[in-house]
Amino acid sequence: MAGLAIFLGAALGFAAVRFKVQEDPIVEQIDAILPQTQCGQCGFPGCKPYATAIANGEAEINQCPPGGEDGIHKLAELLGVEFKPLNDEHGEPKPKAVAVIDEATCIGCTLCIQACPVDAILGAAKQMHTVIAQECTGCELCIAPCPVDCISMDTIQEAVATWKWKYPVVQMKVRA
Amino acid sequence: MDIQSYLLILIGTVFVNNIIMAKILGLCPFMGVSKSLETAIGMGAATTFVLTLASGSSYLINEYLLGTDLAYLRTLSFIVVIAGIVGFTEMFVRKTSPVLFRVLGIYLPLITTNCAVLGIPLLNVQAQHNFIQSLFFGFGGAVGFSMVLILFAGLRERLEGADVPSIFRGTSIAMITAGLMSLAFMGFAGMVK
Amino acid sequence: MEMEIPGGANESARMSRTLYEFNGGVHPDEHKQVSTSRAIGIAPLPKQIIVPLSQHIGQAAKPLVGVGDQVLKGQRIGQAEGYVSVSVHAPTSGTVTAIAEHTVAHPSGLSDLCVHIAPDGADQWITHAALDYRNMAPSHLRNLLRDMGIAGLGGAVFPSFIKLNPGAAQKVPTLILNGGECEPWISCDDMLMRERAGEILQGAAIMRFMLNSDEVLVGVEDNKPEAIAALRAAAGDCGFPVEIVAVPTIYPGGGAKQLIKVLTDKEVPSGGRSTDIGVATFNVGTAYALHRAVHHGEPLISRIVTVTGNVHRPQNFEVLIGTPVAELVRLAGAVKDDTSGYLMGGPMMGITLASTDVPVVKATNCILAQSPALFPPTPPAMPCIRCTRCAQACPADLQPQELFWFARAKNFGKTQEYKLFDCIECGCCSYVCPSHIPLVQYYRYAKSEIWAREKDKKAADHARDRHEFRQQRIEREKQERAEKLAQRVSTKPATVDSDSPEDAAATAKKAAIQAAIERAKAKKDSVTPKNITDLPPEKLQEIAEIEARRAKIREIAQQPVDE
Repeated sequence: MAGLAIFLGAALGFAAVRFKVQEDPIVEQIDAILPQTQCGQCGFPGCKPYATAIANGEAEINQCPPGGEDGIHKLAELLGVEFKPLNDEHGEPKPKAVAVIDEATCIGCTLCIQACPVDAILGAAKQMHTVIAQECTGCELCIAPCPVDCISMDTIQEAVATWKWKYPVVQMKVRA
Repeated sequence: MDIQSYLLILIGTVFVNNIIMAKILGLCPFMGVSKSLETAIGMGAATTFVLTLASGSSYLINEYLLGTDLAYLRTLSFIVVIAGIVGFTEMFVRKTSPVLFRVLGIYLPLITTNCAVLGIPLLNVQAQHNFIQSLFFGFGGAVGFSMVLILFAGLRERLEGADVPSIFRGTSIAMITAGLMSLAFMGFAGMVK
Repeated sequence: MEMEIPGGANESARMSRTLYEFNGGVHPDEHKQVSTSRAIGIAPLPKQIIVPLSQHIGQAAKPLVGVGDQVLKGQRIGQAEGYVSVSVHAPTSGTVTAIAEHTVAHPSGLSDLCVHIAPDGADQWITHAALDYRNMAPSHLRNLLRDMGIAGLGGAVFPSFIKLNPGAAQKVPTLILNGGECEPWISCDDMLMRERAGEILQGAAIMRFMLNSDEVLVGVEDNKPEAIAALRAAAGDCGFPVEIVAVPTIYPGGGAKQLIKVLTDKEVPSGGRSTDIGVATFNVGTAYALHRAVHHGEPLISRIVTVTGNVHRPQNFEVLIGTPVAELVRLAGAVKDDTSGYLMGGPMMGITLASTDVPVVKATNCILAQSPALFPPTPPAMPCIRCTRCAQACPADLQPQELFWFARAKNFGKTQEYKLFDCIECGCCSYVCPSHIPLVQYYRYAKSEIWAREKDKKAADHARDRHEFRQQRIEREKQERAEKLAQRVSTKPATVDSDSPEDAAATAKKAAIQAAIERAKAKKDSVTPKNITDLPPEKLQEIAEIEARRAKIREIAQQPVDE
């Protein structure tokens, strides 16, 4: 019995060395699901740190408002855990928006440029700043630092190019 | 022992005495890992690997190490062997497919205490199979297990889209489906002894 | 299936050709003769023209004109943007009155950017001339066609210049002109073939030249004998070998993939294009437009539109792009009283129009007025009974019942596994469904959801790259600063200030920002808001009082609380 245990122990030890896992690729996969707004609403300084935290079991999967229910479902599926509704401590999902700088009020302080996680704000010290709308993720991180409150969020309106077919509403026959 | 008898063991374990449907063993992974086809296939493969190795090695241990004198150590030593194999499989899966590892989650180490995995070596001893027969019995049982698991996962994927009354959604309808499946497998009863 | 073509007018038509069958298809009532009894009418100049800048698949055109500009007939008013795009042109001479949003023919009923033109009545052409296409660099010719706005008129409105590129092989062996027109009610291609067969074949000659094709086939459904006869008569003196083939009438036999299968027995691979198997297909209307563009130098500014259904005088009209649908309906003798709605396109694949203000676009083949008598409302949907009649009817060899099941469960991964994107949305499955399930709606929903997700994914990947790059940059800058500091410290070890140079810089910066905030505030205060300039004195007094109160509150708020 003891011999058996020693033999198995040796075999497992060998296997542990042989099949050592270098990096946890699950972080990459979680990161791929996250919406990359880098907004920090989850309580982590960006999507990658949050992904790492989920992989290490330090964070719940329901802390990402921009990802919405869909994102939580995907994370639940990937990690094989139960779906949880979004934790509203971290905010609630909003329609997609982009930041807009009121150029008349902007004083050119560059604080928003430093806050933007994706370098979507263009400008220089004492020059007017502007947001590159295509690059803006709508994270709202630039709003708080602005000393003159000249940044507002513009909800993206539905247009012909972005319009989606709706889920069919099917009228079922009512039994007489 | 000729080829025919091995074939009969295979058919018998896969269909007639299916480990889940007829012997009602291994229900934990059957309900737990059958949410999607992908994980079911992974779990099936892992279990097949573990079960075949486990039944072979437990036969050897029972025959040459324990004999009749140390029969009281049987269950204990089987569990040790299975635990070793599972540990090995776990590391292997972790290396080759981290997603599968993550998805299988707790169920992978649970193979250790999986009643199906322990049950088959014990049934082997009970039926006094020889080495080759034990291997076939283990492999057949595992194939039967995987087959049912995969079939059931396919059904459950379909159930996701079905108009199930809200109180039956999720596990309840899965249980009912499992019951119906078991009934269907009763149709094989008596084909092979 | 062997078919002997009866009584051909010339030698090429007397050849017999083996035809093949595609799986599935349906036989809806045709209703085509309703609008074929009258010749193509020329629609008069409308009072207003609205030209959408996005009429084709791909990116919208970029406007080239401004409000108040005078434009001539055929003048380019929108320039192609990006690769998959074509230009748009002024259909008549006049003044640009607006470049603004206007309701367009789109299932959403939303508005899109359009150039509004008030016609001056002169209908004066811009200078234009025929193209010497045989002595031109092929890429130059294709660019000219893009700038003349030539796009597929069969329905998809795919830019033709892309399809007219023979690719690396320098050759597309088989050229097929699609005169299938399988949708019920529509007869615009039929009438075009009857009346302008020669011009269509001249267009085909240009295509044949550009694609270096060996074989030219014209597939026409056998319910259009007049069109077949006209084409055969024209084929005799068109100067190149062309075969006019009558194909069995079955919906959707006019689908490009289906017509290719019937004529050549070749199948376009899943997710592939017809050029992958050496076949190019063009609508007969596109061939006609190409002929006008190359031989007359006229850009695509008009097309034939069938106006039919619940109207008094159903007829085909040659209509300027941008004509409001309401004007067209008036030409066809107005609608009958029980009209319940309008479709653009046929009953199988057409889209419901939000209003009759929408303009005719390059894709508009038919305006179909609906009434409850002609188009009884679909009965309420019942659950799927898994009869698989949809699978038998599917011309794309898909499993519609499975696609439905997974689209309904929002399991989009599975719908893609079941080749959702090979669905041509022909509507055969919904047509045969005994439970009246709106299957195509589910597929459209799933498709647009998948596209939206892919777009989001791309945007997320892009944002990730930018974020990672930024972090790298910050890291690098930090390092560089640290190195500089280290250098400075090593050169000037004696001077040790209480403030490090970093701190001093930060303080100076803060002060500068504070000063700027003050300036901005002052500026804000100095600018009087416009809405209080013309107020009576008592109102101004009131405002001043409120302002004073506010200032006081601010003062109190800024005072430190001392207890």
